[in-house]
Amino acid sequence: MTVDDRFSTDYRQARADQPLGTRSEIVTGPVTDWATDFSHLEPEWAADPYLIQDDLRQRCPIAHTDRFGGGWLPTRYEDVAAIAYDTERFSSRAIVMSNFRPPPELAPIGGSPPISSDPPFHHDARKLLLPAFTKSAVSKHEPATRAFCHSLVDSFAGRDVVDAAHDYAQHIPMRVIANMLGFPAEDGPQFREFVENTLEGINLPPEERIARMSKLIDYLLAQVHDHLDRPREDLTTYLINAELYGRKLEPFHVVGSLVLLLIAGIDTTWSAIGASLWHLARTPEDRRRLVADPALLPTAMEEFLRAFAPVTMARLVKNDMHWRGVDMKADDWILLSFPAANRDGAQFEQAAQVIIDREINRHAAFGLGIHRCLGSHLARMELRVALEVWLERIPAFRLDDPAAVTWSTGQIRGPRTLPLRINRLPAEAA
Amino acid sequence: MRLRINSDICQGHGRCYDLAPDLFGDDDEGYGQVLGDGVVPPDREHEARLAVSNCPERAIALVEES
Repeated sequence: MTVDDRFSTDYRQARADQPLGTRSEIVTGPVTDWATDFSHLEPEWAADPYLIQDDLRQRCPIAHTDRFGGGWLPTRYEDVAAIAYDTERFSSRAIVMSNFRPPPELAPIGGSPPISSDPPFHHDARKLLLPAFTKSAVSKHEPATRAFCHSLVDSFAGRDVVDAAHDYAQHIPMRVIANMLGFPAEDGPQFREFVENTLEGINLPPEERIARMSKLIDYLLAQVHDHLDRPREDLTTYLINAELYGRKLEPFHVVGSLVLLLIAGIDTTWSAIGASLWHLARTPEDRRRLVADPALLPTAMEEFLRAFAPVTMARLVKNDMHWRGVDMKADDWILLSFPAANRDGAQFEQAAQVIIDREINRHAAFGLGIHRCLGSHLARMELRVALEVWLERIPAFRLDDPAAVTWSTGQIRGPRTLPLRINRLPAEAA
Repeated sequence: MRLRINSDICQGHGRCYDLAPDLFGDDDEGYGQVLGDGVVPPDREHEARLAVSNCPERAIALVEES
């Protein structure tokens, strides 16, 4: 048996001579016209992207921007679906729309396989991870998740107002993924920093972005070394030992997949939990109905996922082409808004309404096609348990100050400040 | 009535086995599978239709037995 020395040197040095990507000018500031100058990083978008998307769907329906070096925003379900299914013409080698495009040579693997991978490699890299994320595999984490949610509610004792985003929602996916990866539970605050750096620091200067990304890779390499020294039953050890095409994974594949698993599961689920609680806090009839009839929660949850889908993906156009009325250029971004697709009235009846017993709900919150969210069963388990525990323990609550609620910017949308009054409520709020 | 899943289209969202666990299961990778011969007992038709109308990929067909 040969010694596993894949990680004895920092793989980043060996890859330093790889082709560089391209950078575009950083453009910020108020949007003049959303049809020709959209930006998902401006406060107006964060406050209410649905108004903007609904308007664009009527008059556009594929918006353009020169920001980020050029990109497109389809707003109809059928266009979003067509792009998600068309991996021949739209590449996943970058999935976060920013001012940096990785070099074409990075395809088909990409920086964080399999989310960043194109066929045919994608299928094989995804296959390695699927068994760990089936419904029955993730159900093993349900008892610990439920106990953790209860412990968070226990910590609210004596308080009239809690921040449901900060004090509840964010901690749940952090704890679950730390357990699954075998990372220290107390590293949660660092995870939050990594997530914000990856997904929200889009318009920072490139040196700053590189330095921040480097911190994440340093952290993950330290975890890999810890697992090489002390192998255990978790996803990190699994990835270290996994084989593809008869050999163990390249170090950049191991670390890239860890980036994906750590980053993708946190603010997405945190956002879904937060947005659901936000809706219930301002819609007492839905809250009372779910408290009275917990069996409705799985159906209601799908409606929250449709109406408040947290995740928007990105693609890169492979070659110049005329596509559904617009002239796309090679390396143009596509901001692939599943939230916009989910609010298309041509696909969903009363699309703007939250109908918690909606029976027909083919929403695209977890994407469509080969990149269907790997963690969707895990996310659903966490969302269901988080809401079950909250509604059981805190059946009456409301927004303490609607103006104090803040939402994230960028491709993952959810409340980041959500002050809820959980005690000393006026009588009509019960 | 008989259920079929087009496995070329199924992506493992799992809505079918969530909504109709008596009619669908999953394989080791989470892809949906029709249980047994796919024939839907009369008292399970509602669940079968729910599965069809909630599959994001439209991978499930409910066909009339001749």
